[in-house]
Amino acid sequence: MDLLVVLSIEALRAVASLALISVGLAIIFGMMRVINLAHGEFLMLGGYAAIVATKAGINIWVSTLILAPLVVAIIGIIIERTVIRFLYGRPRDTMLATWGLSLFLVGITTTIFGNTTEGISAPAGSLQVGNYYIAAYSLIIVLIAIAVFAAIWAVFRFTRYGLIARSTMQNPEMAAALGVNPPAVYAATFGIGAGLAGLAGGVMAPITGIVPTIGAAYVAKAFITVIGGGPAVLAGTVSASVLFGAIDQIITYLSTPVIGEVALLAAAVILLRFMPQGVTGSFFRRAS
Amino acid sequence: MTAACNGTGGIVAAVIIGLALLVVVPLVVDPIFLIELTSYVILAILALSLGLIWGYGGILCFGQSAFFGIGAYAYAIAVINMGDSTIPLILSIVVPALFAALLGYFLFYARITDVYFGVITLTVTLILYKLMGTTSGSAYTIGNAAIGGYNGIPAIPPLNLPGSPTTFLSLDGLFYAAGLTLLAVYVGLRLMLKSRFGQVVVAIRENERRAELLGYDARFYKLAAFTIGGGIAGLAGCLFANWGMFISPDVFGLAQSAQVIIWVIVGGTGTLLGPIVGCFLVQWIATQLGTQQVLNANLVLGTILIGFVLLVPKGITPTVLDLIERTCQRRSYAKPLVEKRSVS
Repeated sequence: MDLLVVLSIEALRAVASLALISVGLAIIFGMMRVINLAHGEFLMLGGYAAIVATKAGINIWVSTLILAPLVVAIIGIIIERTVIRFLYGRPRDTMLATWGLSLFLVGITTTIFGNTTEGISAPAGSLQVGNYYIAAYSLIIVLIAIAVFAAIWAVFRFTRYGLIARSTMQNPEMAAALGVNPPAVYAATFGIGAGLAGLAGGVMAPITGIVPTIGAAYVAKAFITVIGGGPAVLAGTVSASVLFGAIDQIITYLSTPVIGEVALLAAAVILLRFMPQGVTGSFFRRAS
Repeated sequence: MTAACNGTGGIVAAVIIGLALLVVVPLVVDPIFLIELTSYVILAILALSLGLIWGYGGILCFGQSAFFGIGAYAYAIAVINMGDSTIPLILSIVVPALFAALLGYFLFYARITDVYFGVITLTVTLILYKLMGTTSGSAYTIGNAAIGGYNGIPAIPPLNLPGSPTTFLSLDGLFYAAGLTLLAVYVGLRLMLKSRFGQVVVAIRENERRAELLGYDARFYKLAAFTIGGGIAGLAGCLFANWGMFISPDVFGLAQSAQVIIWVIVGGTGTLLGPIVGCFLVQWIATQLGTQQVLNANLVLGTILIGFVLLVPKGITPTVLDLIERTCQRRSYAKPLVEKRSVS
């Protein structure tokens, strides 16, 4: 019984982590049709922001939940203005340029921080479940993921920005005719996606530690989740996270974490083969 | 007069120039640089494989280095077990080609868009990197070959004459072997692209739906081109394992996959010469950067990639070739001026 509780908390944590690291990508990809291969590096930057701020004496919650997303959102907006905006409507070139960006960001952080692992210890100690101890931080990650998804849903559903953003993504010319400034909306949306990546990077930093090349570990999982999820940004991300997170966690429990990831990938490729329309929904076909 | 411009003449010219370079270059460059140059030649074969499937097949594969790595591993594991290198050489082509066929079957027959294709192939490569990294320890040996996790496989025996394992390739010999392979692959691909099969592949790149309405199964042709590309990349991997006598999961790393893309985009897609030129150029720059400590190599490669996508999306070679072609066409206007795609 205790083991079951522990395992289900671990599975929930896996699902929540997957959802958190993917949601920034899902927004940039699903709403703007921009394939951001530098997504992993956004997470990495968020991790560095959180660690540097914490080590400078700032409260760990402030640095992971507020500073990390803020810093990466600003970097994201700068990148959107200098590189991405020239590439709208050219998905292939966007992929290539963001891949260049990913190498560039890895290079620049290696120059600044060196190729060593930095870390902070996870806050909030541990909880006792029968004979087992689990990190309370696992539960906190689940709560953060729920809060983030609720917030995104509310912002896009109920606020004026959400309405403007959704309408601009649907028909930029019409939105512009009604007085919206599409470039500003694109920049803001890219910034939000980047900021969410930064948040995820900050939240994951105490667990994984951070090296400049850690992005490679995230980007594959995040893309698989978003592609598996299909066109609906939030519902897709959540359902794919549940599916792949569960597969990953079950196989990991039975064998090793790496085999778990291989199973996750194999599941995604097979899913794509038999449910391609769930994947290349009308949303994406229009873009490419 | 127009020999350099039309197909067959161009191939003959390429063979002559290639052979001349093979003879002259070892005589004039110093031996250390020749070893360096050998690696460029081997990597140029890898670049050609992506040049084929991306430039002509329109398939944007981000994981071409996966086939390269699989070829290298297949060769290494087989040759350590067998001693004689003939069958391992064949395996280094067949195994990655089969892997490409399997992966391609799932992706092409699902008809996913090229953008998803790029993402999935990249993911496969990254997962292979992790998977090979966990194979350290005595549990992971195939016959006599320990796979060795992130430490890789050291002391890989070199290629030898079929049937006599004692007559093996020296480092100089490897330069000639790699050069001849590059030339053979280049000529083979040009002939293939002139053939009916090659024409259909290019037609599908130009307009997939139209090609299908004309009765060609685009999925099959793409899969075939992708498989051939995988085999060529594997062959390059085999030579690379010979060159360093060592192979590690780093060949599956993000940097390696990105490099292949950078060679092709710098040299130019839609030509076969472009990827070769791009590979030599970028690798030479990378080597120069390796000797100084100020700029990180990733930083520079990333900047090159962003710069080319934004500013020179066609790459270097097509721009230069356009110029030559225009000069040639002006000289021979007896020929019908039907627009013809140069296969170069």
